[in-house]
Amino acid sequence: MLILQIAILIFVGVTGTAVVLTREVRSQVIGLSFYGLILAMMFFIYQAPDVALSQIVIGAVALPLMFMLAIAKIRRNELQRKQLKEQEERKAA
Amino acid sequence: MNRTRRHVLFFASAVLLFGLLAWAMHDLPPFGHYRGPYGDVINATTVYERHITDAITAVNFDFRGFDTLGEESILFMSVIGVTTLLRRQKKEKKKDGPDESDEIEKHRAPEPSDAMKVITLGLVGPLVVYGLYIVAHGQITPGGGFQGGVILATAPLLVYLAGDLKTFKRITTHSVVEIAEAAGIFGFVAIGCLGLSVGAQFLANVLPLGETGTILSGGTVQLLNIATGLAVAGGFVSAIYSFLEQTIEMRMEGEKD
Repeated sequence: MLILQIAILIFVGVTGTAVVLTREVRSQVIGLSFYGLILAMMFFIYQAPDVALSQIVIGAVALPLMFMLAIAKIRRNELQRKQLKEQEERKAA
Repeated sequence: MNRTRRHVLFFASAVLLFGLLAWAMHDLPPFGHYRGPYGDVINATTVYERHITDAITAVNFDFRGFDTLGEESILFMSVIGVTTLLRRQKKEKKKDGPDESDEIEKHRAPEPSDAMKVITLGLVGPLVVYGLYIVAHGQITPGGGFQGGVILATAPLLVYLAGDLKTFKRITTHSVVEIAEAAGIFGFVAIGCLGLSVGAQFLANVLPLGETGTILSGGTVQLLNIATGLAVAGGFVSAIYSFLEQTIEMRMEGEKD
């Protein structure tokens, strides 16, 4: 049991660092969701199934979804802004 | 601030923080040796006094039920904040239909495959049952109103993933969603007032406790779980809908069109 506890702590540290070191935003969100799953496993191994369940539903479902949607919205707005600018330039020319 | 000075600042504060942490951890009880009396007291008395086998639910919805009411209100207020922030702005318009000439439409995700549609739509039923099970068995097994509520709220998401936008919109914009959210909060307070009405304190567990280990055990805890489940499920569905509405339907209007 102790080995499992040490192993999961190291794994949490590694995945957490990996999330921070990932620079591409979309990969980072997927990494964050994976990190949430590992965190839930840690709670489970430390005998906190209630917290683990909350962590799974929030960390692996709700949080990445909101990040993904926000990123998609920002990218779309950027694309559209570029498009509008091009249209205006064409009109001016 | 240049790079070297930033590094110096970082390492100095890291060493300081590590020192303070080591000092603080020095006096902690050894790993796995619990010293406080409260956990043992709750473990020893919950089953006899409240007929609840999941002590954590007993703590959340009975011993410190008032805190949970606060937490539920935080969620309620956050959902109101999200829906207010993501409302339709002056510069935005709703998309009428797919516009093929639109450059943005080319970046749209492809239609989900038939296999994905079948699997995701097939999972909706079991997911709803599982969510209801988690809400209803909070006092017996891990889980409860909060966890079950979020699980229930992911059901419309599966419908969205299956590409069935029409059904997704019909579920999420249904007035039942908002009514459930409000009824959850109201129900929590109303059950709390039940204690006041018989002369006990707010949120006192005044209902018959039932037989330990059955679905009807726990008195008010069971009802509070259902109220929380309603509020959380309704709140999350509203929040998810406002996010998806912004992403799928809203477009900026040309500023000089």
